[in-house]
Amino acid sequence: MDFAFSEEQEMLRAAARSWLKAQYPADRMVSAADSERGWDPRSWQELDSLGWLDPGLGMLEYAVLAEEAGYALYAGPWWSTAALAAPVLGAMPDQPTTLAWAEPGTPDLRSAGRSSTMTATRAGEAWELTGSKLRVPDLAIADSVLVVAGAEGGSGIWQTQLPEHGVTPLSTMDTTRRLAGLRLDSAAATMVIEPGEASDVLVRVRRRSVALLSCEAVGIAQRALDLCSAHAKERIQFGRPIGSYQGVSHRVADVYTALQLSRSLAYWAAWAVDADAPDVDHAVTVAAVSAGEGAVRACESAIQVMGGIGFTWDHPVHRSYKRAQWIAAFDGTARSRRAEVAAALLD
Amino acid sequence: MDFRDTTDEAEFRARLRDWLAEALPADWAQRPPHVGHLPVEERRAWSHRLFEAGYVGLTWPTEYGGGGKPYTYQAIFLEETGRIGVPEHVGVIGLGMAGPTITIHGTDSQRKQHLGAILSGDTIFCQGFSEPGSGSDLASVSTRAELDGDSYVVNGQKVWSSWAHIADHCILLTRSDPAERGHRGLTYFLLDMHSPGVEVRPLRQITGDPEFNEIFLSDVRIPVEDVVDVPGNGWNVAMTTLLHERGTLGIALTSQLDGNMARLLETAKAIGVAGDPVVRDRIAGLYVELEGLRYTNFRSLTTLMKTGVPGPEGSVAKLCWSETNQRLTSFALELLGADAQLDGDGGFWTGFWQFQQLRSRGNTIEAGTSEVLRNIIAERLVGLPRSR
Ligand SMILES: Cc1cc2nc3c(=O)[nH]c(=O)nc-3n(C[C@H](O)[C@H](O)[C@H](O)COP(=O)(O)OP(=O)(O)OC[C@H]3O[C@@H](n4cnc5c(N)ncnc54)[C@H](O)[C@@H]3O)c2cc1C
Repeated sequence: MDFAFSEEQEMLRAAARSWLKAQYPADRMVSAADSERGWDPRSWQELDSLGWLDPGLGMLEYAVLAEEAGYALYAGPWWSTAALAAPVLGAMPDQPTTLAWAEPGTPDLRSAGRSSTMTATRAGEAWELTGSKLRVPDLAIADSVLVVAGAEGGSGIWQTQLPEHGVTPLSTMDTTRRLAGLRLDSAAATMVIEPGEASDVLVRVRRRSVALLSCEAVGIAQRALDLCSAHAKERIQFGRPIGSYQGVSHRVADVYTALQLSRSLAYWAAWAVDADAPDVDHAVTVAAVSAGEGAVRACESAIQVMGGIGFTWDHPVHRSYKRAQWIAAFDGTARSRRAEVAAALLD
Repeated sequence: MDFRDTTDEAEFRARLRDWLAEALPADWAQRPPHVGHLPVEERRAWSHRLFEAGYVGLTWPTEYGGGGKPYTYQAIFLEETGRIGVPEHVGVIGLGMAGPTITIHGTDSQRKQHLGAILSGDTIFCQGFSEPGSGSDLASVSTRAELDGDSYVVNGQKVWSSWAHIADHCILLTRSDPAERGHRGLTYFLLDMHSPGVEVRPLRQITGDPEFNEIFLSDVRIPVEDVVDVPGNGWNVAMTTLLHERGTLGIALTSQLDGNMARLLETAKAIGVAGDPVVRDRIAGLYVELEGLRYTNFRSLTTLMKTGVPGPEGSVAKLCWSETNQRLTSFALELLGADAQLDGDGGFWTGFWQFQQLRSRGNTIEAGTSEVLRNIIAERLVGLPRSR
């Protein structure tokens, strides 16, 4: 039993944290979030030079970076590339890449490999894709997109450039990780995963992406805790810091407590993905419930503790809150995840 | 980071499972769980068997009869025994609180006298901290200890003292310097409960069991050799006790919760509600909490192995465990529906859940109330200003 990150992993964390703090402060995040495309493309080069795109990073290194990125609320396609695209491609691509899987009947990652109305057909040596996908993360700012599609022999995954028309940006509550619809019409594509093999790959994508979102959620909850505890120490009402009132301090203590549990589960899930542990799917599901709901509640407590300030557009906490809700709605809900946990326990 | 057992740990776990299979009655797993605590003599006998087999004090120094092993072995022991509801060692206070305190602050002769006897179950300890006027505000204790020659004369009253009616010794917190207030002027003793002037009166709890007691102390003489650490330093010693109480209890409590979870699943199936989506949602929610506690304990364990002392995070585990256990046991009763009132022969498992549910209400009071723990978390772990 060794539940600690290695010294190197802790150094990676420290470097990520200090870079984000200095180079990606809240005002930069806010201007990215409010910009037309929802990110600052220069940040990709910056992450690259920090080593975030290194092919040698393992799952635990990703876990550390995802947590720090969540804390700073980095707006950009790093998670999509590392968690959705990399496991399909088998390596971290050096350009922003995302994955399109959702369709009306098959919304989540594990059902998406079963059948698809997006079709892949051979055109000589090459392939062509035709059909639509829903809610593709970071699509509008990606360099290319991986697409789950059906072909003779079952579902596979193809890579294609973004079509000139056919990317429909959607209005999203969280503007730091936007969604878009995809429509392809005989688009030229390269096969990445053979027909019939998509399901297995998507299971791995699900593990990795949900585990990393749980780490991100832990970062978000930590940020919310830091924001509200700093405020509770400084804000004076009735002649005392509000943090000395138990109505406030106990609420903050509950955020702290829940965060400890979520953090343990998120790290465990990341380890389970890394080690391909027998209970990896259970670990990922449990972590997602705890960290997902935990981050939403932490932000809600932060908003309450900060009073009117926390309710303003100008205060950054609503950005974290909206990201937390993005995470809670990704690939299932707490309710559907609890149903999965229950099935493992009771059936 | 690695959650798997090492080869040695795996071997230890396997041997323990084999040993338990031998030592417990063959139909143990099929039996309905025991309601409440086993009779003391049975618990003593069981403690002896555990001790003989080398499963008590796994992490304690070998020179005092312990196993000298890393904390992971204790965690494995608790995991394996908690899950199947193996009876607890009779000396929980000795093992969890008095022992570690004596190891850290005691003299050599105190260690020799007590540590081995705690492990074997021959000496049962109780804890005499709380008083009628001093509960959460422990530093206000007023039981008086006055030096008279080579002994102290102690007068006062302790209350809520668990297992005092079967205890041989008591970790006793007193005020030795009445001129001092609060944390200063306190002295910590190892009181022999058979001394003249010690009177124990059992108090019935809401379960009906007399698990805790009042202790009346009238001119009780305690030899100076039985002071732990130096006179006047009792507060520091008491803090060590409480840190261990909350710190090392985490895994023990979680493994009990694990046992209750297994029984909750059994109950849901037995009464035919395992398919109800609302029931499933509630159970899974509790399970997520349990897993969160389990892995948080593992994280604390890693810290403990690195630093040697339990951190204040123990308060987090205790707080969370107690409230989850209350929710779990109340939910179990809810599942029983109208039968929830039947706690005897006609009832489900002859009242197991009724006992558990009532007993769980004490979980948020004993070992630091939830409010006090939230104060500790807010002030010491988050760094908020004091509430007083
Ligand atoms: C089952 C059980 C076993 C026990 N075993 C032992 C034992 O073996 N030895 C022993 O010494 N003691 C034992 N205790 C006593 C236990 O430690 C005390 O009950 C506990 O410390 C609370 O003290 P009190 O009962 O005097 O309540 P009080 O301290 O009077 O508290 C009453 C209420 O006020 C709240 N409160 C008090 N102060 C604050 C504050 N500053 N902020 C917010 N809320 C506050 C409390 O949280 C509680 O809700 C046991 C108790 C129980 C229930």
